[in-house]
Amino acid sequence: MEKFSVLNGLVAPLDRPNVDTDAIIPKQYLKSVKRTGFGPNLFDDWRYLDPGEPGQDHSQRRLNPDFVLNQPRYAGAQILLGRENFGCGSSREHAVWALEDAGFRVVIAASFADIFFNNCFKNGVLPIVLDAEIMDRLFAEVEAREGYRLKVDLEAQTLTTPAGEVIGFEVDEFRKYCLLNGLDDIGLTLQHVDEIRAYEQRRRKEAPWLFEAG
Amino acid sequence: MGAKTLYDKLWEAHRVREDADGTALIYIDRHLVHEVTSPQAFEGLRLAGRTLWRRDSVLAVPDHNVPTTQRSDGVAGIADPVARIQVETLDRNCTDFAITEFHMDDARQGIVHVIGPEQGATLPGMTVVCGDSHTSTHGAFGALAFGIGTSEVEHVLATQCLIQKKSKNMQVRVEGEIGTGVTAKDLVLAIIGAIGTAGGTGYAIEFAGSAIEALSLEGRMTVCNMAIEAGARAGMIAVDQKTIDYIEGRPFAPTGAQWDAAVNYWRTLVSDEGAEFDRVVTLDAERIQPQVTWGTSPEMVVAITGVVPDPETETDSVKQSGMRKALDYMRLMPGTPITDIHLDRVFIGSCTNSRIEDLRAAASVADGRKVAANIKQAMVVPGSGLVKRQAEAEGLDRIFIEAGFEWREPGCSMCLAMNADRLEPGERCASTSNRNFEGRQGAGGRTHLVGPAMAAAAAVAGHFIDIRELDEPG
Ligand code: SF4
Repeated sequence: MEKFSVLNGLVAPLDRPNVDTDAIIPKQYLKSVKRTGFGPNLFDDWRYLDPGEPGQDHSQRRLNPDFVLNQPRYAGAQILLGRENFGCGSSREHAVWALEDAGFRVVIAASFADIFFNNCFKNGVLPIVLDAEIMDRLFAEVEAREGYRLKVDLEAQTLTTPAGEVIGFEVDEFRKYCLLNGLDDIGLTLQHVDEIRAYEQRRRKEAPWLFEAG
Repeated sequence: MGAKTLYDKLWEAHRVREDADGTALIYIDRHLVHEVTSPQAFEGLRLAGRTLWRRDSVLAVPDHNVPTTQRSDGVAGIADPVARIQVETLDRNCTDFAITEFHMDDARQGIVHVIGPEQGATLPGMTVVCGDSHTSTHGAFGALAFGIGTSEVEHVLATQCLIQKKSKNMQVRVEGEIGTGVTAKDLVLAIIGAIGTAGGTGYAIEFAGSAIEALSLEGRMTVCNMAIEAGARAGMIAVDQKTIDYIEGRPFAPTGAQWDAAVNYWRTLVSDEGAEFDRVVTLDAERIQPQVTWGTSPEMVVAITGVVPDPETETDSVKQSGMRKALDYMRLMPGTPITDIHLDRVFIGSCTNSRIEDLRAAASVADGRKVAANIKQAMVVPGSGLVKRQAEAEGLDRIFIEAGFEWREPGCSMCLAMNADRLEPGERCASTSNRNFEGRQGAGGRTHLVGPAMAAAAAVAGHFIDIRELDEPG
């Protein structure tokens, strides 16, 4: 996993609640057996006017000029603003892979769905929760000023606006540590092999049927 | 020790270790795998040179991508080459790692959340995971079951554990008796309407109360299935005699002395008297009517007797703009009676409502009636090969076919439209599935969520109709 420490990135606003993972990456792209290449299909139904299929040359498709992320001023954005319940719906990690592939490393929203939130950390994407009022303000500032950037400092747990305002955010200690160091969860868990084996031995005595089925 | 909730008990029984900040390692008993969210996990395992921790905990089945038309050609019969590669990849991974898989041509194949309980592979007291958000379904058996992402699928394959923090406890009580024509689907839609799609975020929900206890295990699965639509990763229901009766004799269930020991333990899987919940929500069952969603989020739901709501009456500006977008997408006018909404297609299926009881409910409406002329297609997709077989033994397939429904092979089908079953842009569908998101059933498609009897009634009427007011056939 890629490390995350400080990012000074262009911000793009996606002003709607309940942005679900079907919208982030539609189902037809989930047929891929790879982890990469989902970027061109991020928000596919909103982004293009014509329907998309895997394997197509997406650069030839008609862009929807009304979709906010298609505006040239947001090209190259690395930080996405969202509203309540961002990433709700299916567990598809492809949603995070698509955001990452399209260049996003931070998503800031009023709230996130649990599985999506979790999937972000597994892929070096930082999800940040801020109060709805602060979100309102950020949305207004981003729309008012072209080239709006935020500086995200994970170590310090702060966002800095172009005007120099510093906004603090919360992040789970363990997840912060993993993200700062680019650590692989599986490697960390395998440091506890003895404890897992001991648990299994104990559990096998208490509930043997769990180890003998199928 | 103090009184514990069911969730507390399941959590503690599976805690391998816990750090001071509450980050815990949780042991996983059952890992269900399907073709869409697993290929990258197996690849990750191979790239890191890791092995499978416990082969016998894994059960795999292709379901999302499989065609629901004829199956005799097996995997080779999947017309879409990209989908075929995905199913072949699952087959190969299961062969390479010696994992039990129900192949496409196996009678036991079906939607992963239908076959787990059907096989007795889901047992009370287990932790059950799957790379699929509707894994919450299995909580109906007093199990701790939740969906995970692909990185976590890989993590469980390699370590049998997950890194987690404990969720908060929430209890949703539905008290009283539900009325005629009101089903488990209506209960859960009404719950989501009440608490919202993010109402359960951060919680594990236990569904309780007399109306929940009165449900069959099929109905309980329907309720737990949609816990995730209320934002909760896990939904669960306490074990009772019905749970135990359902499991007895299933292929993966324990037998003999092990069965007796297991049952003794399972009976403890209830929330203790006086256990404390961080949040309790109570609903009155008698006030719940058959439900229909009108928007693009499951919380956008009203009773069949209601009308499409007006965004002008919503005070929260974010919600209001969400409602406007939804109405625009759904092409509905505020104030329209729900019964005036006409449909193009009807889909009866998905892990929410494709079990035998659901098909019986739909068939009892279809019996002696005909699908309305304006309905282009009404499709019934059983949840598994065994459900299909059972339905055919009861003659339900004949009833559906005579009424003009299509009788299909099992799979996820038009619930998410990854295979050939999908809505065309602009088409409107009554669906027994769990998500009415934009494009869920096909780009530009419009989905209304309902229970199986209401879906069948909509098929014969051509528009939504209150199941309680359906005339006698003939
Ligand atoms: S039936 Fe639908 S919700 Fe259930 S597992 Fe399949 S795609 Fe997911």
